[in-house]
Amino acid sequence: MKRAVIALAAVALLTLPFWLASPYHLHVAIMAGIFTILALSLNLLLGYTGQLSLGHAGFFGIGAYTSALLTLKLAWPVWLGLASAAALAGLAGWAIGRLALKVRGAYFVLVTISFAGMISLVSINWMELTNGPLGLPGVPAPELAGLSLRTKSAYYYLVLAAVAGSYLVCHRLVHSRLGRAFLALRENESLAESVGVDPTHTLVLATVVSAAMAGVAGGLYAHYTRFVSPEVFLFSYTVTMVIMVVAGGKGTLAGPVVGAVLFTVLPEALREAMPWQWQLLAYGVLLILLVFFLPRGIVPALSAWRR
Amino acid sequence: MNGLVLGGTYALLGIGLTLIFGLMNLVNFAHGEFYTLGAYATFAALTLGGLGFFAALAVAIVLGAAAGALCERVLLRPLRGESIDTTMLVMIGLWIVMQNGELLAWGGVAKSIPHPFPTAPLTLGPVGIAPLRLFVVAAALALIAASWLVIQRTRLGRAMRATFQDRETAALMGVRIDRIHTVTFAFGSALAAAAGALLGPIFLAYPSMGDLASAKAFCVVILGGLGNLAGATLGGLVLGIAEELGAGYVSSGYRDAVGFVIIILVLLFRPSGLFARAERIG
Repeated sequence: MKRAVIALAAVALLTLPFWLASPYHLHVAIMAGIFTILALSLNLLLGYTGQLSLGHAGFFGIGAYTSALLTLKLAWPVWLGLASAAALAGLAGWAIGRLALKVRGAYFVLVTISFAGMISLVSINWMELTNGPLGLPGVPAPELAGLSLRTKSAYYYLVLAAVAGSYLVCHRLVHSRLGRAFLALRENESLAESVGVDPTHTLVLATVVSAAMAGVAGGLYAHYTRFVSPEVFLFSYTVTMVIMVVAGGKGTLAGPVVGAVLFTVLPEALREAMPWQWQLLAYGVLLILLVFFLPRGIVPALSAWRR
Repeated sequence: MNGLVLGGTYALLGIGLTLIFGLMNLVNFAHGEFYTLGAYATFAALTLGGLGFFAALAVAIVLGAAAGALCERVLLRPLRGESIDTTMLVMIGLWIVMQNGELLAWGGVAKSIPHPFPTAPLTLGPVGIAPLRLFVVAAALALIAASWLVIQRTRLGRAMRATFQDRETAALMGVRIDRIHTVTFAFGSALAAAAGALLGPIFLAYPSMGDLASAKAFCVVILGGLGNLAGATLGGLVLGIAEELGAGYVSSGYRDAVGFVIIILVLLFRPSGLFARAERIG
C-alpha cells in the first residue's frame, strides 16, 4: 500500500509538466520545490537538533547573491555558482553556529534573526557590489550539455532533482550516527554529552549542512527568477519556512515536504478564491486553526491516526 | 535627545516583551502588533471618538491591555504545555492576522496623528526640542517607573516574580499561574500599546509599523537579559542613543544595523545580558 502510494507520487511528480498545462501552475510547482529544500534544511536544525534558526532567509539570500554575482560578474558557469552558494552559505552557517551555539535556545533564535537583519541591510547599502535596492537583473539560466534550461518545464526537473538530492541528504544524515547525536542533544543535552557527544561541534555541523542547503535553494531561486534583490532576505521567507516545518511536522522527514507544498499552494489558492485584502488574513486564521487542531503538525497527526 | 525619545519607547517595548518572554517562555512575534494597535487606537479615539489627546492615550493603553488579555485567554491558554515552537507559530499567525486586519480597517496609507502641543521648539541653552518629544520622554519614563512599582511593590508583582523564578513552587505557594499569565500578557501588551500611542504622533501610523518595533524589542531584551526589567529599561535607552549616534556618525542607511551589531557583540561577550549581575546560566 505504502509502496504503491510512493510509486504513484513519483510518477505524478515526474510527469507533472505534461499534464499541468498552465505556466502559472508550473511556476507554483517550482516554488514549492524550492521551498521544500528550504523547509528540509530548516527542519534539520529545528526538528532534529531542536535549535530554531530565524535567520534562514539570510542563508537563502547569501546563496542567491553568491550564485548571481559569480555568474554575472565573473561569468562562472551556473553549476559552479550553485556550488559556491552552498559553500558560502555553509561558511556563514559555521560562523553563526560558532557564535551562537555557545548560548543556544532563545538566544540562538535572536542571533540568527540579527544575522539575517544585518546581512539584508548590507545588501541594501553596499551599492557597488549588490546594486542596492534595485537588485541584479539578468542572472543567467543554467545550461546542461549546451542546452539552456530556461523553460519552466526544464527548470522544474532541475528543482525536482535538487529536492530529491536534499531529501536523500537529510535521510542519510538523520539515520547516521550524527543524526542520532542530533536527537540525543535535542532530548537531553547533558546525557548526550556524558556518552561522548560534543554538543557545540555537533550543532555547528548541523548548522553548516542546513545553511548550505538553504544556500543552494537561494541559488536555484536566483537562476529561476533571473533577478536578485534584497527582498530575498525578507523575514517573511523565514517565517514561511518555520510555518512549513512546524505545521508539516518537525522532526519528521515527510513533514517539511508536506508543509512546503501545502503552504506554497494555499496562498495561491486563496488568491483565486478571494480579494487580495483578505488573503493574508485568511492565511493567518488558517494557520492559527491548524496549530489549534494539530499542534504537532500534519504528518505526526496522520501517522498517529493510522495507528 | 532624539535618542532618548526612541530609547524611552524602546524601553517600554522591551519591558513588555521581556516580561512575556521571560515569564511565559513565549517568543511573541505579535508584540509589535500591539504597538501598532496603540497607535491606531489613539488615532481612532482622537478623530472618530473626538476625545482629547490624553484621554486617547489612556484609551490606547486600556485597549492594549484588553486585547492582550483576550489573546492570552483564547489563543495561549489552551496551548499551555505545548512546545515553544507551537506557541510561536500561533503568535506568527496572530501577527499576520492583526497586521492585515489593520490594513483592511485603515488602508495602507500612513495616518498622521494630531497632537495638541505647539510645534515651535523649546530652546534649552544650545539644544532645541519639540515640546511633543519632551512629553513623550516624560511619559515614557513615568510609565517605566509605574511598571517598576507594580512589579517590585505590589502583591501582583511579587507573584509575577515568583512565577518567573520557579513556576512549580510559586503554584504551590498559592499563586494562580493561569491568572498571572493573563495579567502578564495584558501588562506587556499595554506597555507596547503605550509605546505605539506615544511614538505615533511623532512618526506616522501605518499597518506594518509593528515589524520594526518587534525587532527593536527583541534587541532590547537581549541587551538587558531575559526577564530582566532593569536591563530592559537601560537596554532600551542604550539602544535608542546608540542608534542615533550610529545614524549620525556612521551612515543613516545602517541605523537599524546598530541593534543587530549590539546583539551579536553582547552575545559574544556577555551572553546573559549587558546588565546582568554575575549569575550562573543554567
